[in-house]
Amino acid sequence: MTTRGWEHFEHGADIGVRGCGPTLEASFEEAATALAAVVADPGTVRPLQSIAVACEAPALDILLVDFLNAIIYEMATSGLLFAAFHVTIDGARLRAEAKGEPFDAGRHEAAVEVKGATMTALKVEQLADGRWCAQCVVDV
Amino acid sequence: MPERRLNRIGEDEWEIAQEGAMRVPARIFASADLIAGLDDKVLEQAANVAMLPGIVEASYAMPDAHWGYGFPIGGVAAFDPEEGGVISAGGVGFDISCGVRTLLTGIGAGAITAQRERLADALFQRIPAGVGSHGEISLTPKDMDAMLRGGAAWAVGRGWGVAADLTRTEDYGCVAGAGPEFISAKAKERQKGEMGTLGSGNHYLEVQRVAAIFDEDAARAYGLKAGDAVVSIHCGSRGLGHQIGTEALREMALTAASHGIALPDRELACAPIASETGQRYLGAMRAAINCALANRQILTHLARSVFAAILPRAQLKLLYDVSHNTCKEETHTVAGRPRALYVHRKGATRALGPGHPALPPDLRAVGQPVLIGGTMGTSSWILRGTAEGMTRAFGSACHGAGRSLSRHAARQRWQGRAVIDSLAERGIIVRSRSAKGVAEEAPGAYKDVDAVVAAAHRARLATKVARLEPLICIKG
Repeated sequence: MTTRGWEHFEHGADIGVRGCGPTLEASFEEAATALAAVVADPGTVRPLQSIAVACEAPALDILLVDFLNAIIYEMATSGLLFAAFHVTIDGARLRAEAKGEPFDAGRHEAAVEVKGATMTALKVEQLADGRWCAQCVVDV
Repeated sequence: MPERRLNRIGEDEWEIAQEGAMRVPARIFASADLIAGLDDKVLEQAANVAMLPGIVEASYAMPDAHWGYGFPIGGVAAFDPEEGGVISAGGVGFDISCGVRTLLTGIGAGAITAQRERLADALFQRIPAGVGSHGEISLTPKDMDAMLRGGAAWAVGRGWGVAADLTRTEDYGCVAGAGPEFISAKAKERQKGEMGTLGSGNHYLEVQRVAAIFDEDAARAYGLKAGDAVVSIHCGSRGLGHQIGTEALREMALTAASHGIALPDRELACAPIASETGQRYLGAMRAAINCALANRQILTHLARSVFAAILPRAQLKLLYDVSHNTCKEETHTVAGRPRALYVHRKGATRALGPGHPALPPDLRAVGQPVLIGGTMGTSSWILRGTAEGMTRAFGSACHGAGRSLSRHAARQRWQGRAVIDSLAERGIIVRSRSAKGVAEEAPGAYKDVDAVVAAAHRARLATKVARLEPLICIKG
């Protein structure tokens, strides 16, 4: 993975999402992009609409789960697919903007819905080279 | 976990002896071949479950067990509230009350042949399936609560089914003790447009052919005839269950320590049954079970409307509806004493043996139909509950094939279009809105369901009645 980016990792029945970047916020943004990519290729999604989410948690790893679950909730209830995220974290609080567009079966190929983010393989950490990585398995 | 800890205690039964923090042993039902292919994580998870407070007898893993969240998928565990027993959101799963219902059609599969494409298209058009699909039913908050309390009985009351459907649904289509008031506004919002939808992933509606009968007496009692067409529906409580699971997992993980519970794995998140957290989750989970039962009932109604238009000779009669992600309060005799236990079945099907009072009178002598879903290219199975299964694993059996390859690996290996074409060559029509989704669900990504069922049969958890082969698959 280059300085900033996301990837999926293997999990028996489901999919792991991992994001890394130069800051904690960047790692959360990339992890959310990895989540969005479980449903549909973010490259095919235009950032036409934006929604805001906010959450608060007693630990950074729980904050990641809460953030991803907030995005999953928005995907389920707003019918939006997402392509880009902007995250700010202040202590235990997170605020984020997610940009995307409504799912259009003609233009998007959606693979699967995500049921929830889990605490399996859950990790938020700063690596020796200073980069941050955030990851967990999502249930599909 | 080193393999030497696994002792073979029967032809298809293995045990991890109680040690360390384990309160009871862990038992795995599987053939030697299935054990050889088993992820070590399953053994670790089965042993972890054995550490939870109030667990009774053993932590069990069914022949299709695979790595889950805290509990293995294919895990069964019973807890006694009088011994500090717990309820675990991870032990139920995100898709609360996901399950299978099978409907008889009363017509031979041959009678469908000429109409197969038309039937597939009409079902695909009528059954909302896949990402972003919505049902035609939108519930007001009052209707939502009535649905959550009433389950399939609520749906039948609305005209989406007949009273006879309820006698052939687990718990007669409605579990008691549902607490819609314990469900968040978010969970209800997530469900608003999702009544009567299949969802995605491994969910499906299939038209199948009864390919072989293994138990004539049970088949007769179940109304199954070789060569007949049946319809099976696999789905759960949709967004409502997912949101309840998400919220409960978080709460239980963060509060376990305050209840004096040391979790070997955060995902074993649980709360004492007697606690306020535990009672709230139980109320919400029971309401989600009712939601799943109502959902499968509405899908039944939609399937019936399609058959009525295309094959009016077919009378879709419910054989049975059984869930495989639940926790239920049941009475089991342990060491000669009846005890009220909370039995978690996570990716495991309840399999009540002959004579069980919870079975409808016309099935009581035979035992419960146990419905095992396959993949779109492999068999599904109908088994019957046994007396031995009641004592071996609290009346539980496997639930499906279980994945052997991750979704990611499946997508690397197969193209959705090619999967659909090769199934078509075998006479199986697949309709799906997502080629990617089909690739992820390719039959080759799953374990051999026949081997899983054979192990359950030999272990007498449930015994073979009929094998079903897919004809049409509407893929979620």
